[in-house]
Amino acid sequence: MKAFTVSKAVTVLLLAGLVLLPLYSQLSGDIFILTLFTRIIILALAAASLNLIMGFGGMMSFGHAAYLGIGGYAVGMLAQEGVGSGFIQFPVALAASAIFALVIGALSLRTRGVYFIMITLAFAQMAYYVASGLARYGGDDGLTIYKRSDFSGLIDLGNRVEFFYLCLACLFGGIFLIWRIVNSRFGLVVQGLRSNEQRMQAIGFPAKRYQLVCFVISGTMCGLAGALLANNTDFVSPAVMYWTRSGDLMVMVILGGMGTLIGPVMGAVVFLLLEEFLSQITEYWALIMGPLLLLIVLFGRGGIMGMLGRAGRG
Amino acid sequence: MAEPLLRVEKLVRRFGGIIATDNVSLDVAAGELHAIIGPNGAGKTTLISQLTGHLSPHSGSVLLGGRDITYLPAYRRCALGLARSFQITSLLLDFTAADNVALAAQAHAGTSFRFFANARKERGLRDAAHAALDRVGLGHRADVVVNRLSHGERRELELAVALASRPKLLLLDEPMAGLGVTESQRMVKLLQELRKEVSIVLVEHDMPAVFALADRISVLVYGRVIASGDPAAIRQNEDVKRAYLGDQHVVTHHG
Repeated sequence: MKAFTVSKAVTVLLLAGLVLLPLYSQLSGDIFILTLFTRIIILALAAASLNLIMGFGGMMSFGHAAYLGIGGYAVGMLAQEGVGSGFIQFPVALAASAIFALVIGALSLRTRGVYFIMITLAFAQMAYYVASGLARYGGDDGLTIYKRSDFSGLIDLGNRVEFFYLCLACLFGGIFLIWRIVNSRFGLVVQGLRSNEQRMQAIGFPAKRYQLVCFVISGTMCGLAGALLANNTDFVSPAVMYWTRSGDLMVMVILGGMGTLIGPVMGAVVFLLLEEFLSQITEYWALIMGPLLLLIVLFGRGGIMGMLGRAGRG
Repeated sequence: MAEPLLRVEKLVRRFGGIIATDNVSLDVAAGELHAIIGPNGAGKTTLISQLTGHLSPHSGSVLLGGRDITYLPAYRRCALGLARSFQITSLLLDFTAADNVALAAQAHAGTSFRFFANARKERGLRDAAHAALDRVGLGHRADVVVNRLSHGERRELELAVALASRPKLLLLDEPMAGLGVTESQRMVKLLQELRKEVSIVLVEHDMPAVFALADRISVLVYGRVIASGDPAAIRQNEDVKRAYLGDQHVVTHHG
């Protein structure tokens, strides 16, 4: 039982900290920390969505950043064309991500293992090059979004605190949804398929359709993160879809603990804070970051959540 | 004569130049325990794989309750009442025993595209799982993760998983493989109970077990059925004796 409490205590602390962060920012006058954590929360949502297919579903997608771009471009392109309403932009972002996930999922899930990793990577790179070719929408240079999504007075995305809480609500909502899904009938089937596909087929489950639906849910959720991210930076460019970004998301998931609910959030916080502070110390921050991550992955099986569990057990 | 539960007609499967299944025909009547025996390399597993849908035949047909299932995928056959156990134990190792069985029950209890309600709290599924576990004597191990079960327990769990789908026909691929003497005896006893409820096709190397259990036996040699009949007839059959020359004493000495 004690193991349970240590990781639980840290989780509660983390979530409470996130909820209270704007208060701290207000009191200390530190605006930067709010901006930083808004970005962390958005990427935590993306990592959580990746964890749904990677950690729970055993589908090693190496192209998850594509949805960040698709969600972002949906917002950016519509804004460019004069459609500023968030009530249109966000549903379009989600739908576009879902359709993209459906198509690449249907094709990618015909393969397994390394081939699956490579084909998802290839599709994401394809999306990257398509975006680079969109001359009307900035091409390589990206697209500046002059006005954030407009929710007609319901919520003002231009307001830092309101936007922060919107992102946090999306993250909590996403994690709640994932929690329900992984314990549902559907979730058990998906996890069973990760564990032993042959067995699941033999007891009567057609693997692909369950995996595909899971893939689409995950992609849609990440598309939401993309739409938020574009609003956060007021900018979207092909770079958000580059394969290294997909790699970052994978690292966050593995770092935090694959197949755990809070792991990806933990991973995103630690990864992005490290990146932030190391890059302030030295230009060669990646030289420190790399070995550090390696150590955690090598010696902390199960990521941070795994380590917390063991720490509790003593 | 009544329609047999399972009818295999002129099944042929080749691997390159080798004919692994050579014009195999056999019937399994409802309520029957039909054993398939044969020396190593006789094509038993190839035949089973075509029955379960893991391998497609080149010609011939497989009928379950009169319905042609020759080219149906494995999961569809399962829905029609065909359940199997694996020669090499194949379970969800990181799930509990109860979860393994409950999933099999879930596959036959409405849609699994339910995303919100906690499946582990579904009364019907849990009850079905515990009933099947009790059936094979694993009731007290329900909440143990499969990783921590012994080999013998895993073989029993395989059976429970197969039973949970309430099959009409159970395909058992060497359920005694790797079991010790006492474990084997328990398994024989268990199968003796189960055969009262469900038709069984049993592929097995353990001859005493086969002769103790089977209503009928088909002998497979080089992909062909060389004899089919009740245990007494098979024991007397000259072709079978010849095929089993080295194992002859095993065929004749028991029961």
